Amino acid sequence: MGITENWDQLTPDEKYEERFKSFIAAEGIEFASKEAEEKYKKHAQMLKDVVELKKPERVPVAPNIGFYPAEYAGITAKEAMYDYEKLGMAWKKFSKDFDFDFLNSCAIVGSGPLYEKLDFKMYRWPGNGTNDNTPYQCVEKEYMKSDEYDKFINDPSGYFMRYYLPRIFGALEPWKKLSPFTYITELPFVGSTMIPVGLPDVQESFQKFMEAGQEALKWIQAVGEIDGETTAKMGLPSTMAGFSKAPFDNIGDTMRGTTNIMLDMYRRPEKIFEAMDAMVPMLIEMGVGAANANNNPFVMIPIHKGADSFMSRDDFMKFYWPSFEKVLLGLIEEGCVPFVFVEGSYNQRIDLIADSKLPAGKSYWLFDKTDMVEVKKHFGGKFAFGGNVPGSLLKTGTVEKVEKYVRNLIENVAGDGGYILTAGAVIDVAEPELLHAMIDAGKKYGKY
Amino acid sequence: MSEEKLINAIAEMEEEEALKEAQAMLDSGVSATDLMKSCRRAMEIVGERFADGEYFVPQLIMAGEIMTQISEMAKDELKEGEGEEEEKLGKILMGTVDGDIHDIGKGIVNFNLDVNEFKVIDLGEDVKAEEFIKAIKEHKPDIVGMSCLLTVAFDSMKNTIEAIDKAGLRDQVKIMIGGAPINDDVCEYSGADDWGKDAVEAVSIAKKWMEE
Repeated sequence: MGITENWDQLTPDEKYEERFKSFIAAEGIEFASKEAEEKYKKHAQMLKDVVELKKPERVPVAPNIGFYPAEYAGITAKEAMYDYEKLGMAWKKFSKDFDFDFLNSCAIVGSGPLYEKLDFKMYRWPGNGTNDNTPYQCVEKEYMKSDEYDKFINDPSGYFMRYYLPRIFGALEPWKKLSPFTYITELPFVGSTMIPVGLPDVQESFQKFMEAGQEALKWIQAVGEIDGETTAKMGLPSTMAGFSKAPFDNIGDTMRGTTNIMLDMYRRPEKIFEAMDAMVPMLIEMGVGAANANNNPFVMIPIHKGADSFMSRDDFMKFYWPSFEKVLLGLIEEGCVPFVFVEGSYNQRIDLIADSKLPAGKSYWLFDKTDMVEVKKHFGGKFAFGGNVPGSLLKTGTVEKVEKYVRNLIENVAGDGGYILTAGAVIDVAEPELLHAMIDAGKKYGKY
Repeated sequence: MSEEKLINAIAEMEEEEALKEAQAMLDSGVSATDLMKSCRRAMEIVGERFADGEYFVPQLIMAGEIMTQISEMAKDELKEGEGEEEEKLGKILMGTVDGDIHDIGKGIVNFNLDVNEFKVIDLGEDVKAEEFIKAIKEHKPDIVGMSCLLTVAFDSMKNTIEAIDKAGLRDQVKIMIGGAPINDDVCEYSGADDWGKDAVEAVSIAKKWMEE
């Protein structure tokens, strides 16, 4: 699965080069002006330079933005999720007014109508459980029961179809009646497998499933138009193709829940390991698929439960890192660039990551609260990094404080290249002059 | 069978062993109250190891789970509210503020306050200002703790503290805040008295205030 005819014959380094060649060439994008095209190519090249630990002409300044454009443009978070026209107005205005070096995609906002059609129960969002100005939040529950690990491990997709999806989507609840598709191997087996599909409630669920599909198409057309226009007019490449996850988080965040996976660490550790192993190839494929589809090497992986305060160093090395490292290596093998969003702080394990099997110059790590001087000490010359401007500073600080913070950050850790300036947390609220101050300071002090 | 074995099993996260010991103690005539006292001692050890950076979230959750199961075993014998009369350092009202449903951090803080002899009343998540006010009037806490994970909750904290002030209750309580994005700036912005970066700091702040 690649982007050239001879993909299987290429080495990981060649795949990496091919992906960037195609990304920087920006084929298929019809730029509004020559300037926009040149800017796009220049900024895409900046990303490549950073990943390869070189110095671009200055420190790139990237958005790490959630729902803030809604507030900025005077619409509610709910309107952003339900009214694609208002979404476009707000996100385009934001991109025009804030001079980031890369695209701030509106895809992250998601589609209220889509989730409503599915009766999505795993999240609350504005218009469905949170107030109109509060972004979506995950409702942690035991969506996979403690005795269902083997069902998942033996047949992940079948498990998702018949157990997991019926729990997280009310509209697909009848899918628990479906037979595994793997039964369909001989003529006499076809009929019995198809019977549940004919049941009235199952039929109705498929109807809703199809309507949800139509809504998803409507949504992605809107997103494509909005992001496409920004890219074409302003020449801003995106820093991410799509997502993947660390196996431990994938099970802990939205299948077992935090409490349950932590009990499982004592009660059934072997099952966690088996489930994580089953997940590794799927998570690699998920990232590679997104990179292929969007002609962008960067696969964003937000990481959660490996943080300092969540588990010990020993547990990090036992439960969290090995399977995650396999996902990272698998992505790199396919020429992708893992873009790891390191949420929380990782002061007590940054050395372990630095000393891992990951090859140098093939990944980018965005830090939240980890001590950046330590990051520089351990990651310098190995992995590109950035982040750390506190979300709170962009809401409650002053222009002087922001400027000072950015200046210190750049002076302390950006000197050797391989660095991107950006916020350490996803920005849902801010003061416009403070966000401008971050961007301006980055460009002012970031010249190499 | 011995108290020491029970305490050790809980502190070392040996779930089956701990439950077996607890049952054996009950069977041999140890009172439910004494059994729960032993569990408390074990929880204090877990709390100490957490403060020392030896234990983390999995250990707090596992210890809490063992404790819940043992309470369940002893519940017939335990009278309503028993064990509540013991001397407490102070009463703390906790809640994740309006608009935010994250509860893991708050749970850890509650655990640590509890093993450090504070009475904790948890109002849960997405707690509106009026719910804080109602609970302050009802429970008369010494301290109110507010938690959040989202940056949109900065304004919730600020508004909640303003509402407590307007209700004329601000000088009756000390207010501490916590959560991943909290720092000096947010503390000042919200109008809280202090903030802590983790569950250990929450205890030191609370202890300091109770000594004042």
